[in-house]
Amino acid sequence: MTTDHDTPDDLRYAASHEWLRRDPEQPGEATIGITDYAQDQLGDVVYVALPAVGEAVGPGAACGEIESAKTVAEFYAPVGGTVIAANDDLEEHPELVNESPYEDGWLIRLRIADEAGIDDLLDAAAYRAQLPES
Amino acid sequence: MAGLGGSSGELTPLTLRERHAALGARFAPFAGWEMPLQYEGIVAEHEAVRERVGVFDVSHLARAWLRGPDAAAQLRSVTTFDVTRLPEGQAHYSLYCNDRGGIDDDVFIYHLPGERWLVIHNAANAAADFERLRAVAGDAASEETAGTVMLAVQGPDAPALLSAVLGEGFGALAPRDCAELDWEGTPVLVARTGYTGEDGGECIVAADRAEALWDALVAGGATPAGLGARDTLRLEAALPLHGNDIDATTHPYEAGLGFAVTLDDEAPFTGRAALAAAKARPRTRRLAHLVAQERGVLRAGYDVHEPGGDAAVARLTSGAFSPRLRRGIGMAYLPVRLAKPGVKLTVDVRGRALPVEVVRRPFYRPGRQS
Repeated sequence: MTTDHDTPDDLRYAASHEWLRRDPEQPGEATIGITDYAQDQLGDVVYVALPAVGEAVGPGAACGEIESAKTVAEFYAPVGGTVIAANDDLEEHPELVNESPYEDGWLIRLRIADEAGIDDLLDAAAYRAQLPES
Repeated sequence: MAGLGGSSGELTPLTLRERHAALGARFAPFAGWEMPLQYEGIVAEHEAVRERVGVFDVSHLARAWLRGPDAAAQLRSVTTFDVTRLPEGQAHYSLYCNDRGGIDDDVFIYHLPGERWLVIHNAANAAADFERLRAVAGDAASEETAGTVMLAVQGPDAPALLSAVLGEGFGALAPRDCAELDWEGTPVLVARTGYTGEDGGECIVAADRAEALWDALVAGGATPAGLGARDTLRLEAALPLHGNDIDATTHPYEAGLGFAVTLDDEAPFTGRAALAAAKARPRTRRLAHLVAQERGVLRAGYDVHEPGGDAAVARLTSGAFSPRLRRGIGMAYLPVRLAKPGVKLTVDVRGRALPVEVVRRPFYRPGRQS
């Protein structure tokens, strides 16, 4: 497969293929999702299990599962925090993770517990550089 | 994310590998072969087969031939179905059983004119299966997997496509009929069989003409479909997969495969005594069909429980997300008291008790809705 995967420049990334977008209006909050590369590797997403609002998640800890037609994968919180929203649209439309991984297919919003953890995340160029050669 | 990626060792590439790669195939190892897992996506390919027509490269299936006047009796001595009753030009499902009545493999047997018999073996069992034939037929058995390509064309539009490409000879075939058709000077062995629950056919053609046949089928509208869709399609149709749902420890009657066992002749065949005894005994368990009642995907290996029960009553032998039902589906050998439509159970989906209900097979019965 020689598809080029979308990696928006304004996001931060974990090597485990999650992205994080800081909210410009609410700097202490961030939206989390999985990358275009990750959704492409998973294939058709058919079910997403998300953490409950109010749940505390540790940096790098598994906080939910994404099931595709062929496999199941856990996703990790790129930084520690408290879940303040989960994307309920995914219950009826899990395919949004495939169709719009950076917008409508977001997974959770976090109140960030440790701002410094964001500095450890990759920028788009660094994330792109560590993707496997296709 | 965890669970992405994988590695593979030494694999046999398909003759049409470059065709698949050019169509965007993702490859995965399967029984020593490098197989297309998917092209545009499992669900899209699944739906293409259910709605229109798809083409699968199933050249990993082993193709063994038996020839000569003794071939029918030799085959009968190692398989459960009485193939001596199979007329020329017809194919039938059969089993290779062991002495305990367990299923060493499930096979398809084609009777062709001129005392020629073709047996299709699962890739994972190909070596042992061929040895079984050699043991009774010697040099009259030959494996001719290399040098040919096998394509499955499946879906409601498959008969029209196969007739358009191969000629009207295909249209004359009834289900499970087989024939050798002349395709632009090339012989193509074609049977009205498949593994999706849909109408269609399976074609075997010489490797040097395989690209042309593949191209003609794709140009005629067939959607390339991979092993991922093949698995979800066969599971929706409740067709067992050897190695998952049936194996050397399961017998045909508990698997619902009694139709593939002939006991009303006196012919001795491997496993006959054990199968006769198994048929006469009451069943203790039966391969049952489960549908998830909530969101979640069933997968092979997950434990099945009675609601609130600590001890597992069974383990899923297959499981998938059904694109047609939009639910998780799976199969498991349940104790007979639970293997009844309407029985409510739970499946342990990584710690969550997902409610499931036993249903009649198949999960999905093809038929044009429009």
